[in-house]
Amino acid sequence: MPGEVRIVERPESESSYVRAISKGLGITFKHFMRADKPTQQYPDEKWELGPRWRGTHRMAVHEDGRAKCVGCGLCPTVCPVNCIKLIPAEDENGERYAAVYEIDEFRCIFCGYCQEVCPVEAIHLGVHYENAEYSRERWVYDLARLCENDHPVTALWDPADPSSE
Amino acid sequence: MGAVTGTAFVVATILKTIVFFVLLLLGVALATYMERKVAGFMQDRSGPNRVGPLGILQVMADGLKFILKEEVTPGAAHKKFFVLAPALALFPATVLFGVIPLGSPLPTRWGRVDMIVADVPIGFLYVLAIASLAVYGVVMAGWSSNSKYSFLGGLRGSAQMISYEIGLAMSLVPVLMLAGNVEMPVLVSMQQSFAAGPATYGMWFMLPLMVSGFFFLVSGLAETNRVPFDLPEAEAEIVGGYHTEYSSMKFGMFFLGEYFHLITTGALIAVFFLGGWDIPFWQGDNIRVLADGTVIGEPTWWKTLLTLIAFTAKTVFFVAFFMFVRWTIPRFRYDQLMDLGWKVFIPALMAYIMLMAVAIYALDTAGIEVGIAYSAALLGINFALALILLFLVDRGRLVRGATAKTRNRARAEAAAAAAGGSEGDLHAR
Repeated sequence: MPGEVRIVERPESESSYVRAISKGLGITFKHFMRADKPTQQYPDEKWELGPRWRGTHRMAVHEDGRAKCVGCGLCPTVCPVNCIKLIPAEDENGERYAAVYEIDEFRCIFCGYCQEVCPVEAIHLGVHYENAEYSRERWVYDLARLCENDHPVTALWDPADPSSE
Repeated sequence: MGAVTGTAFVVATILKTIVFFVLLLLGVALATYMERKVAGFMQDRSGPNRVGPLGILQVMADGLKFILKEEVTPGAAHKKFFVLAPALALFPATVLFGVIPLGSPLPTRWGRVDMIVADVPIGFLYVLAIASLAVYGVVMAGWSSNSKYSFLGGLRGSAQMISYEIGLAMSLVPVLMLAGNVEMPVLVSMQQSFAAGPATYGMWFMLPLMVSGFFFLVSGLAETNRVPFDLPEAEAEIVGGYHTEYSSMKFGMFFLGEYFHLITTGALIAVFFLGGWDIPFWQGDNIRVLADGTVIGEPTWWKTLLTLIAFTAKTVFFVAFFMFVRWTIPRFRYDQLMDLGWKVFIPALMAYIMLMAVAIYALDTAGIEVGIAYSAALLGINFALALILLFLVDRGRLVRGATAKTRNRARAEAAAAAAGGSEGDLHAR
């Protein structure tokens, strides 16, 4: 036997179909007449992102266009999801640089540790989010693409001013 | 001015058919757009607004999508009926439009052109006959898909539509009793007032027959299978109901059929209860053609245009009302639906028909001439009846939720226990 259905006793003023319908029609009419739609017309109006928004990475570059990365290997080490691939190399002046530097944005969880840990402030997260692509391969950003990105970089949280924006 | 005859009649009829059909199709397209906008506004959204100005071209985008999508016919489906069903769903609502008078007669060089595609002398019966064909599309789709969801939807649809057809037809009986004729143009002219010719009621039937109008409105809603009567396609329960297995333009046909039905039902209510193409508070547009061909009133082209606009406005009003209801009220439970149809509508309408017959007989024997006073008397009676009906429905006696049901059962048991002797009572104590 199926379980007992508990039926709540309600006064007629609450269980009347007619009154409920009129009330409902009133409510929908009120909403119908509402002029200020909360809808954001997305591609036309965009989000205002906070300065600490953590989005697509960006590599800082020197004035001559070289990436600031010195290939120290801290960011792939600290990365919790292992999305950074770094192969360091050394040029004829004995300066280290990243021969291969790739970030898999699919894998990245945008924690921002790489930016925090970077000793030369080379790798940054950016205030940017529209990065749809037609293929999976395009989601792995190589060094050239990271250097090309020109959106604003994410501001790090300041412990001295914890509630700051 | 005599009606067009001969070749001119044929040409006029073909032209009317094409023009009205194109207008109807356009109306259907705009109705789909309107539904989206209304739904959007009610849910604090703005509805489609990307394709074209204010999103008006969304209609085209939808149509294109329907045609371009892959068409799947289930392997186990009965092919012949599966293909036939969408056509049958579309057909009745379309041909129904042929007998609806859309405007005052248009005078042309060749004679008078009535703004109705086919002025059949039994327009009213034609409406009822064709309206009942709508169920075949649903049943056939449900059966031939060979899917349990479609099947359930088809069964629900057939039971529901047949049940509410009775209410639909019965709610029109008082209209016939007043009008005394089944020709659609006569039904319209009976709601206008004229200086000459046979007496008319001079009042839209919505007033002297408001109870009828209410029942017709609700039955019409049930006939179009729209919320709160959309049990045949209840997407939360049986996927998509009878059109679950349909894709591409075949589904599109069902979709269009629904909107065709919506517009036709709105137009029918306008004709039967809202004076058809009559413009309120203005006697200049009142034109009618008597059986012997005499025309009362002055037909002109601009009157035709104005009355066409008036008729469109009335139809749009009802279409908007149906949409308003759709986005407000939740679906009935199936037993409530059937209760409402058989236990409320049919007995209430029977009683109403009898009361109206008595009222009409009493007014006739009292020697009151057909006219405004006659209608006003009926209006008074109807107002009282409407209040009684509203009171009964409100008390949960007619449409009732689970609460009223258990309460009534408890009352009945208490009454039975009180009547059935004291032994049970002793045990209970």
